[in-house]
Amino acid sequence: MDFGPHLMLAMLEGAVTAAILALTAMGLSVVFGVMRVVNVAHGEFYMLGAVIAWFIATTLGTHPALGFVAALVIAPVLVGALAAAADRIILQHIDYDPERTIVATIGLLYIIQQGTLMTFGPDARPVEPPFNSRIPLPWVEWVDGKMAFYYPWGLSITSYKLFVIAAAAMILIALWLFMTRTKAGLIMRATQQDSAMAQAFGIPVSKVYALVFGLGAALAAMGAVLVVPIQQAHYLMGGDPLLLSFIVVIIGGLGSLPGTVIAALLIGMSDGIISVFFSPTLAKIMATLAVAMVLVFRPQGLLGKKAH
Amino acid sequence: MNRALALHLSVIAALGAAFFVLPVYHAGNLARIMVLAIYAMGFNLAFGYTGLLSLGHALFFGAGMYGLSLSMQHLGTPLLPAMAIALIAAAVVTAVVGALALRTKGVAFMIVTLMFAQAGYLTALYFSRWTRGEEGFVLPQHLRQFAGVDLSSAMGRYYAALFLFAVTLLLIGAIVRAPFGRSLIAIRENEARATMLGYDVQRLKWLALVISGTISGLAGATYALLFGYAGASFAAVPYSILPLLYVLLGGAGTTLGPLVGAAFMIYLFDLSADITDAYMLIAGVVLVLLTMFLPQGILGTLRKRALPWLP
Repeated sequence: MDFGPHLMLAMLEGAVTAAILALTAMGLSVVFGVMRVVNVAHGEFYMLGAVIAWFIATTLGTHPALGFVAALVIAPVLVGALAAAADRIILQHIDYDPERTIVATIGLLYIIQQGTLMTFGPDARPVEPPFNSRIPLPWVEWVDGKMAFYYPWGLSITSYKLFVIAAAAMILIALWLFMTRTKAGLIMRATQQDSAMAQAFGIPVSKVYALVFGLGAALAAMGAVLVVPIQQAHYLMGGDPLLLSFIVVIIGGLGSLPGTVIAALLIGMSDGIISVFFSPTLAKIMATLAVAMVLVFRPQGLLGKKAH
Repeated sequence: MNRALALHLSVIAALGAAFFVLPVYHAGNLARIMVLAIYAMGFNLAFGYTGLLSLGHALFFGAGMYGLSLSMQHLGTPLLPAMAIALIAAAVVTAVVGALALRTKGVAFMIVTLMFAQAGYLTALYFSRWTRGEEGFVLPQHLRQFAGVDLSSAMGRYYAALFLFAVTLLLIGAIVRAPFGRSLIAIRENEARATMLGYDVQRLKWLALVISGTISGLAGATYALLFGYAGASFAAVPYSILPLLYVLLGGAGTTLGPLVGAAFMIYLFDLSADITDAYMLIAGVVLVLLTMFLPQGILGTLRKRALPWLP
């Protein structure tokens, strides 16, 4: 394959990564924005979403499309409920102290991850996509000064991958409408701006926190349900999304929702492109160091505004 | 002689006698506990005394471990120079990472240290031609000798671990009683006030972190030396979390807390091995319960309730 089609393929793969990453990172960002805590167990909620999707798909055993739709509804609800319970039991008890929350969610990370290892086992398990037809993609070429289309070998995408991109975009738009157009969203934004004042106006802040923590985890679970037909469910699959979500949220500015989406596109696309052309380990080292440097020298994020 | 020093010396003496009293299996466990307690003591200097919660100490542990084991494996360096290389490697890595990471505070500091440690772990994987990645490598047997003592024998290993443990414990005991240690505690308690009183807070924090990282590197090198193995999993995220667990359990900001915490946790892991091999599950449960119900740890609570003089 020539460089051009190769690059286009890398960008398409990158767009799928970016779509999933935008959902997962948005969960982390919403939690940080409203509650001002960092949830280190976020990647494990993602993993749980994938594992539950596998469980539902194999238990139902009907047409893959039916199992997939059921998983897309049930998995986020279950994971969200679990996260809300963890918030009530653990985080509320330690009063959302930022450092102790990190330590407690590290504990939660290992409980979920190792608990899954003990029940689900160490194997990676596939989930069948609801539909999966190969769509060949055209490429342009100049022949005798005229433009001509042809279909290079290997340049294709599946209909399911296109669906993932569309579904992620729709979920993000729904989230944005929820945050800006509904009363529940208004309450969440009020709590974000000043939780003490919100409490004084009669907003049940502790309930809002539990709900937001659940919503954040549910977004990660949705991302995982979408990705599991491409990637397989595995008990260690939460590590990479956690790291990438951190990177996205930090680059986009902690707690800034538009920044998160832009950063997810940037990171997802460049991750896709870099891993096609360079060693993935080297790409990860570079990305990790770059983000550490952003935090050190520009803590408000590349797109965030300086706090006054 | 004050009570704190007397307590430290009697703990060292008791550990010295324990080798002859305990069954072989437990003596072996205790050697491992002492090495990991050195690591936790190093971590405690930053976290317990200075208030710097790093999530990346595995980087410093790994720098020491690879400093010693790579120079032994590939250059055939004898023990003492290899140990010197390990300590220098850990000190340099901590100095650089510290100078960058200490520009941030609190949660950002935790994430930055975590990211640097992750980059270090990935680097160990990337150069797997020399480090052999996760699989690791076994150290050459003939280099694990010191002054005619075989450090791979049960007795040599135990007393080498005890010697380095004792040196670290007495050093930490002296540091925290000296004016330098007092000023670190002042920073932990109220950084703004320490700055206002004229302390060079940034420089003191950096020094504390460099000493902490170098001690962690010593622990990493000792681990490789005594147990004869070096692998990338010792530089991975769980190895940054474990010293935090030991220190939180034993009591942050107490000199003997790291030993108590490491002993408790390693026996807990050992007992749980009969039920499950998912030992990090136990670590997770203990972490959550500690943050919820016993934030000051065993010795911290003991100091608050009964023994205010406890070092």
